[in-house]
Amino acid sequence: MFLTALYACLFYVMTLTLLIGVGLRVIRYARIPSPLVIPTTPAPITRSGVVARMTREVVFFESLFKGSKWTWLFGYLFHFGMLLVLLRHFRYFTQPVWYWVETLQWLGLYAAFAMTLGLAGLLARRFLVDRVRYISAPSDYLMLVLLLAIALSGLAMKYVWHTDIVALKAFMLGVMYFDWQPLPADPMLLIHLSLVLFLMLIFPFSKLLHAPGMFFSPTRNMRDNPREHRHVAPWAEKLGAEKLGAKQPGSAATSRAAD
Amino acid sequence: MAKQEFETPSLKKIPEIPPVRIGAMAHSKPFIAKAEHQEALGYPNELVNNWKQVALDKMEELLGKYRSLQVFMDTCVKCGSCTDKCHYFLGTADPKNMPVARQDLLRNVYRRYFTFAGKYFPKLVGAVDLTEEVVDEWYRYYHQCSECRRCSVYCPFGIDTAEVTMAGREILAAIGVGQKYSNEIIGKVFKIGNNLGLPEPALADTLEGLEEEIEEDIEVPVKLPLDQKGADVLLITPSADFFAEPHVDGLIGYAKVFHQAGISWTLSSHASEAANFGLFIGSYENMQKVAMRIREAALELGVKRIVVGECGHAWRVAYSFWNTLIGPFDFLDPNYPVPQHICEFTYDLIKRGALKLDPSANDDKVLTFHDSCNVSRASRMGDMPGGQFVIPRELIKASCNHFVDMAADTIGEATYCCGGGGGLLTDDLLELRVKGALPRVQALSEVIENHGVTHMAAICAICKSQFSKVLPHYGFGMDMIISVHQLIGDALVFDSTH
Repeated sequence: MFLTALYACLFYVMTLTLLIGVGLRVIRYARIPSPLVIPTTPAPITRSGVVARMTREVVFFESLFKGSKWTWLFGYLFHFGMLLVLLRHFRYFTQPVWYWVETLQWLGLYAAFAMTLGLAGLLARRFLVDRVRYISAPSDYLMLVLLLAIALSGLAMKYVWHTDIVALKAFMLGVMYFDWQPLPADPMLLIHLSLVLFLMLIFPFSKLLHAPGMFFSPTRNMRDNPREHRHVAPWAEKLGAEKLGAKQPGSAATSRAAD
Repeated sequence: MAKQEFETPSLKKIPEIPPVRIGAMAHSKPFIAKAEHQEALGYPNELVNNWKQVALDKMEELLGKYRSLQVFMDTCVKCGSCTDKCHYFLGTADPKNMPVARQDLLRNVYRRYFTFAGKYFPKLVGAVDLTEEVVDEWYRYYHQCSECRRCSVYCPFGIDTAEVTMAGREILAAIGVGQKYSNEIIGKVFKIGNNLGLPEPALADTLEGLEEEIEEDIEVPVKLPLDQKGADVLLITPSADFFAEPHVDGLIGYAKVFHQAGISWTLSSHASEAANFGLFIGSYENMQKVAMRIREAALELGVKRIVVGECGHAWRVAYSFWNTLIGPFDFLDPNYPVPQHICEFTYDLIKRGALKLDPSANDDKVLTFHDSCNVSRASRMGDMPGGQFVIPRELIKASCNHFVDMAADTIGEATYCCGGGGGLLTDDLLELRVKGALPRVQALSEVIENHGVTHMAAICAICKSQFSKVLPHYGFGMDMIISVHQLIGDALVFDSTH
């Protein structure tokens, strides 16, 4: 019972840490203005163009593809492998299991291997490419090791040391609906869950912030329209008004930097 | 000039990524701004006593003022995509010239003082204390970045090292460690109106001399008007165009185009500079102050349009920032873009059939085109994305019969900086400039060998000065680099019907 209570509480705490931590970060990003128009050009002129550019970045890793084919390959295997694996895990959180989650089960299995392979490739690059080795801090290696350990412990449960997944699902649903059910005390499961909880904890304090952060990148999310629209940040407004003096006919046409 | 104390990199059959050589450029350091240069820009005269606190306060201020900086500090995952993209890394092999490593010089301090992980686990995340050695490294390596944005093209999160370099330089200036070259030049603009410190009488004299030269050459009375009230167009061009080679031939080209199109125009002695080094030092205030002279001149002269001459970062500031910094331009003719690039202006005339060009006039040349970094990745021409690549090439093709592009991964959005941009076009950084030019010269040498290219055209004053200086180090003639509008000017057919 102690184990159940411990893990249930940890799930609450880590979920809150993740949501609040990332939320605060996102609020900070959103509040800081972009005082100048700085998209990397050629850039879209329209809002829908920006949505298309951002979609290509998120779905295809367009810029990374231009930059490094190997990193793109391993990075893509890892990220989309992980996405499918996560979707597959929805079956532990839904009752009855949603239809599309059920249809994805077989794919999620292969995805786990893709994810592992991708992570191994990324880790190998950190050791093997002298430039990447130079820029890697201990945390950069450990992050990959952590993700790799999560993937491998998951695979181990699937293929070697099985756990009682019916009981596990009851536990997860119990956590979600505040009706605690006993957690199976299998070592591999406890390792797997602990690692995931740790990942949730460090998310808002680490480079994992690249996930929400990329949506705020001004070089990618700004429109190329500076001749048509002014873009004065609130802190720059005072500055400009002072210097423009009487020659400034007002800033009615100004589109705010929050845009 | 003193004897060359470094080795010019050798050109390879196939371009290669060098193995890292730690500290290869650690000795490179431009002259530090003197008291008077700092003072004119509102910065402390020398390293302030409480520099550490001032630096951290400045960093905190910038993190709150620029979303780019805050997001870029957090989002890098050290994937390595940018590591082989910087021309200074490719030319020097110094790993601190890899964009991510350059950012890390600031990021590691950011982490130490502004993040939970860096405060409590500095070793784990590579966070470092702010020490005098760190400040010295900032100074050296933030002056080995030309703010060309090539790295930002390849970053999965669009991290632009130029933004980080600008922040680094601004923090340095705030604690009293500015760069002499950039700050001295900005001071001259404030005092006289241009980077060269060329006063009105000297400018008038120069322009008169050019008029005589043109008339002698082609027997057409092409004028270069100065401070002419009521002219339609105010031309803002880099001051190098007034006398440096090959820039001046470009200026003559603009004058010929204006003459042939029959459009009245003028230069301004108050705003006789398109360049805006306020961008290089990352100072919004100074950039705005430099640009303000142009608004003042346009109002004073009562012009209807503003056209900008061939200059890379100047076009970035003009295109991307003027409207925000010194707009709105509601006193100008709304039928034309404000500002308009001289290439857009000429292209428009050609499309309307207002200019007659005879490309055979340039039959002695085989051309290639160097896309200037700030034009390519920080601005636009025309009404569609990528117009900045199309329009200059169309101008070249309209004025000469032989044109070849360099390798695809060295032009367009992937173009390499000339090696002298971003406030580095100074002799105290000559080694860096020569080595940083390697990727561009490599690509140039390939089209020389394979296609018999004789000249490289450019639309940036810094590129032109830089190539004139560094091409001879690689065994090529300094006169290979020419202005796009020189080609136009030479191909223009003058007839009296206009």
